[in-house]
Amino acid sequence: MSVAVRFSPADFEPVTARRQLQVSSRPSLSYWQDSWRRLKGSRRTFASLCAVMALGAMAVAGPWVWSVDPAAQDIDQISQAPAWPSSALIVPPYTPWAAVTATPTQAGDVVTNLRLAEPASTQAVRLVWEPVVGAAGYVVYRSVYDTAPDRALGLPIGEVLGADQASFEDRLDLEPRRYWYSVVVTDENRAEQSAYAALTVDTVRTVSAGDAELRGWVEDATVLAPGDQIDLPYHPLGTDYLGRDMLARLLYGARVSLFIGVVAPLLFVLVGVVWGSAAGFLGGRVDQLLMRVADFVIALPFLLFMILFKIAFGIGPGESGVFPMLVALVLLGWPSTARLVRGQILQVRQEGYVAASQLLGARTGYLVFRHMIPQTMGVILVTLTFAVPSAIFTEAFLSFIGMGVAPPTPSWGSMANEGIRTMLSHPHELLFPALIISATVLAFNLLGDGLRDALDVRMRGRE
Amino acid sequence: MLTYTLKRILQGIVTVWFIATATFVAMHAVPGDPLANQRATNEQIQRNLEQRYGLDRPVSEQYVVFLGGILRGDFGISFTQENRRVNDIIRENFPVSATLGILAVAFAALGGILFGALTALFRDRLPDLVIMFLVILAISVPSFVVAAFSQLALVDINVYLGFSLLPVAGWGTLRHMIVPSMVLGLGTMAYLTRLMRSSMLEITSSDFIRTARAKGLPPARIFLKHQLRNAVLPVVTVLGPAIAAITTGGFVVELVFAIPGLGRYFVEAVQQLDYTVIMGTTVFYGAFLVSMVIVVDLLYGWIDPRVRVE
Amino acid sequence: MMVEQPPTYRDPMSRLAMRQLLWLGALSLVGFVALMGALAWASSITGGSAIAGRAIDVETGTITRALAQEPPQLDSTRATDQASIFILGHVMEGLLRYDASNRLVPGVAERWDIRPDGATFWLRDDARWSDGRPVTAHDFVFAWRTIVDPANAAEYAFILYYVKNGEAINRGELSPEALGATAVDDRTLEVEFERPVGFFDKLVAFAVYFPVREDFYRSRDGRYAADAEDLVYNGPFMMTRWVHGAHVRLEKNPLYWNRDAVRLNVIDMPYVTADTGAVVNLFKDGSIATATLGAEQLDDAMKLRWNLGRYSDGSVFYIDFNFRPERLTSNFHLRRALQLVNDSGELVNKVIGLPGYLPAVSLFPIWLNGVEGPFRQEYPPPVVIPDLELARTHLELAKQELGVAEIPPLVLLTGDAPIANKQAEYFQNLFDRALGLEIRIDKQIFKQRLDKMTSGDFDMVAAGWGPDFADPLTFGDLYASWNGNNRGKYNNPALDEQVRIAQNSLDPRTRMDAFGEIQRILIDDAVQLPNYERGLVYVEDPRLKGVVHRSVGTDPDYTTAYLVENP
Repeated sequence: MSVAVRFSPADFEPVTARRQLQVSSRPSLSYWQDSWRRLKGSRRTFASLCAVMALGAMAVAGPWVWSVDPAAQDIDQISQAPAWPSSALIVPPYTPWAAVTATPTQAGDVVTNLRLAEPASTQAVRLVWEPVVGAAGYVVYRSVYDTAPDRALGLPIGEVLGADQASFEDRLDLEPRRYWYSVVVTDENRAEQSAYAALTVDTVRTVSAGDAELRGWVEDATVLAPGDQIDLPYHPLGTDYLGRDMLARLLYGARVSLFIGVVAPLLFVLVGVVWGSAAGFLGGRVDQLLMRVADFVIALPFLLFMILFKIAFGIGPGESGVFPMLVALVLLGWPSTARLVRGQILQVRQEGYVAASQLLGARTGYLVFRHMIPQTMGVILVTLTFAVPSAIFTEAFLSFIGMGVAPPTPSWGSMANEGIRTMLSHPHELLFPALIISATVLAFNLLGDGLRDALDVRMRGRE
Repeated sequence: MLTYTLKRILQGIVTVWFIATATFVAMHAVPGDPLANQRATNEQIQRNLEQRYGLDRPVSEQYVVFLGGILRGDFGISFTQENRRVNDIIRENFPVSATLGILAVAFAALGGILFGALTALFRDRLPDLVIMFLVILAISVPSFVVAAFSQLALVDINVYLGFSLLPVAGWGTLRHMIVPSMVLGLGTMAYLTRLMRSSMLEITSSDFIRTARAKGLPPARIFLKHQLRNAVLPVVTVLGPAIAAITTGGFVVELVFAIPGLGRYFVEAVQQLDYTVIMGTTVFYGAFLVSMVIVVDLLYGWIDPRVRVE
Repeated sequence: MMVEQPPTYRDPMSRLAMRQLLWLGALSLVGFVALMGALAWASSITGGSAIAGRAIDVETGTITRALAQEPPQLDSTRATDQASIFILGHVMEGLLRYDASNRLVPGVAERWDIRPDGATFWLRDDARWSDGRPVTAHDFVFAWRTIVDPANAAEYAFILYYVKNGEAINRGELSPEALGATAVDDRTLEVEFERPVGFFDKLVAFAVYFPVREDFYRSRDGRYAADAEDLVYNGPFMMTRWVHGAHVRLEKNPLYWNRDAVRLNVIDMPYVTADTGAVVNLFKDGSIATATLGAEQLDDAMKLRWNLGRYSDGSVFYIDFNFRPERLTSNFHLRRALQLVNDSGELVNKVIGLPGYLPAVSLFPIWLNGVEGPFRQEYPPPVVIPDLELARTHLELAKQELGVAEIPPLVLLTGDAPIANKQAEYFQNLFDRALGLEIRIDKQIFKQRLDKMTSGDFDMVAAGWGPDFADPLTFGDLYASWNGNNRGKYNNPALDEQVRIAQNSLDPRTRMDAFGEIQRILIDDAVQLPNYERGLVYVEDPRLKGVVHRSVGTDPDYTTAYLVENP
């Protein structure tokens, strides 16, 4: 039996020395790989990352999904809270109503026979009564609560002068609901009598065919006849102070607000980090000069310089000032981050490993970016996340000098600001923008926390 | 130390001079006539007014007059409140703002440090999450809303109790100050809480704490002497400018609580282009800010010898 | 790859540290309280308002209320604003005054005689300053000379141009002594007119015509009216406390000649804020006796069953056009088209939705009086009914005349007030929807807006006007070609002619006819788009009676107010 042993020339090659005698138990991770691993590891952080991306997607795609015009005004449904869809009765167009006069025949301190001249609608409520001899005039009140028993008449909605006046037309902000009307006689000193005539009125929502066409609810007004019902446009999140769809405005407003809320903080924090670390690292005269510049910028009157920027950039009427505003925010916003980073750098500058690295010949940039900035990542991220809402609100504040978005373009900050004016009577106008701003801030905070844990060198290698 | 302080004060004066000059230039560059009013005046009245305020002179001359005024400590007479000197406005209104501001900052700093330390200790557990939620609410709701709702709550409490627990608005006694100062300090407190939490966490995982533990130091001592002292530095850094900002930026709180502070002058003076008040408040604010920064920088060295500035 | 949840890192020392933290917390709380105490003491020596009383104290005759704004100027020769005029109307008195029914009644003057060329006022002998000295004709002469003196640089000097040489003195051509007002003796004031003026009696009730005592004025050395003690009073009340920006307190003037008619002893105003919500909260709390309501508070007011009142504050708001030839809005048909879609009823009833507001239909507000009755009843303005078809026809005509296929974007200049915002965005949408016009909103804060209005950098501007005196002329001359407030530079000789008639005639019928004609021109030529007449809704403590609200002059007026125990 013979075993044929075959050799190939390769078998006679000299053995190369195995350079790696031992293999580490797991692959080496770079700083960024390690950070990414930890970032993925936290469910909360991952969820916040998804939320941030969802917000971005909403800003991009939202207006296509809910394609209502954010500038369209539904004058008949101003400041509507979220509600089910409603419909309106078609009526003939509004025509001015001549005041009714009658010779007063009865004496007394209260009008009689207070009644409706025609069915009450949201277009108008027309009241008539029998006037009183010797009256100087009549004041008409309206309430949404029962006026009895303590004579709480509600809002004074109008006054007619002259004893012979026997009618009043109310068109003020009428909604389909029950109203309590009262009429009070005034004497020659314009003092009101304590007696009053009362009438309970239930209004129905109406609209004229012409208005329905003008508002784009129907193509052609002639298909509608008085007595028809027409469905009103549906606003799932209600409407604002001009009857504009809240949902459409929130979706559309995401573009400006997220842009300003994310880009501006990123930029000015970046400037602040560079500035602050340069000051902290270089120290001495450079530090003093850089920090005095920072003091100088913080102390400038913000509003005045914003007006100046607006003029310098030549923002005309109706033009969007978002980009100049971004520049201005960056120019005026960086010093606080710079101060903070400088303080942190001063603290870590003296650490042993920095000195070691320096002795090993590390270059300045490497030292700062590799050893120092990661140490200050915590405070940088806190500043960054706090700058998000403040940038969103600064944008809204600046619209007050005509520098933010041009009306009617919406932004979350300006929606919240407008919502403040009606926060007691129509809370939804404040609630929705405030909620979405809070959600954004929450998402960025959680992400910031996750990033902090991930980017913190001292956490390195930990599970 | 003394030389350093003196040097810093000198630098501060130069900084304030730059601030004043930039503001002076900006103010004159902004369009609008400081003397114009809703009602148009004829040319003669307009000229009379210009003469009264020295606006008929060239801008460079106005600048020299203004600098001379600063050196004498005189900012001139307000354009909108023609009977009041800007010095009087600052003298009468600043103490109110300062009182409110110091309380607010004290409230913010104490709350921020306590809550920050608390959240760091209870990291990712319930107290941390609850406080984080509150912090986010505090910064994403406009301060006007917080002020208005706290006032509304105060009214309801008073009406419910049948007597005045705390005044709804106004100024004068300690009871007037409590709610406004809390509202004013809220945003800063939220910021400090997060900042403190972050730097506490960083410190907790650093080597010298590990060493301290290994040495067997009592935990309380580690917490106070090492952790807290090191972690508080960013808080102190922010505090300097924050005191200046809170003291002068209380516009909304002053409005809602009817407080006669300085904050509204910063907003209204610019809107009204009230030259003397703009310059007076800006220079005053600049000087205040610069001195706060100097104080903070001196505090640095005391808190953390490593960052002692030469 | 399965990722394990990282084990929570439990600090072994956390309980001890917690205890430490609690200790620290307690200590800092003590420190905080100590700090508050120290600050409270510090602030007690730095001013601020005193502890305020409750809304009403019937026994002492005291009411407490809030001020919207610190009065900027209580020197009557230089005051221009509503807040100052409110205070001045209570602490000073002119020759004539308005009573509770808004009729002119004797003030410092007992009787008077107004002629085409001048007037004579006979002063009562019991009119006293608060230091006991009599009010004399010299005090009026001194005040009026000061107003027109160029050195005083009074903004309202033009109101005295009706008095002979007033304008020439203000121009620096004559010395103040040349003013046509002389004190014949202590109790007789003789006035010469520059031109006939049919409403001089209304003018002398205005704050600018109030007296100023020369020796006192000079003794203050430039600080006249700077503080409560730098003023001497001749009105129903006097100011006993003035902490700037914080507190004003008025007390009954014991030397006032008609003191028996004044029934309140103290009007205390320890709150100064422009925030309507805060003022309503103070009222709800029982701290103040009256509050003005915003739209925001109406529901709450109804629910709390408050008694509400309303009145017009006198001002009218409108959209002005720019008539400079290079502007498109100088084209009549374009303006007409905009006018025909403007519906002030819709704006007021649906968009603004405040019960005090009235839809405006004319420059002349509803409260002005004509010859005998209300001006608007005697001279009803031409009615413009919104008409979309007609508007589009005019728009086509405008395009033809201007030679453009499409109207380029128009600039609507507006302010930063909340209602101005709503109004501008409403019009932007309206003009776009109805006429397909692009409107660009140019939002500017006060001084920049004025600057643009003056230089003509706009097509349309949201403007408003408040009256100085209760005569239609306060509105009627706004569009005269020479008027500086005519910022759109409207120039119509026919209108100018009517203004001249109204200014120079003494016959009420002739003057009102002229105003009627001005009103017709403004509407027929589509010179402006009236929007609203501003009104206010207010609540008052039911124990407070007799407060007068007015469209012109002191508003509100507490001179005749009184308190009752049980309403």
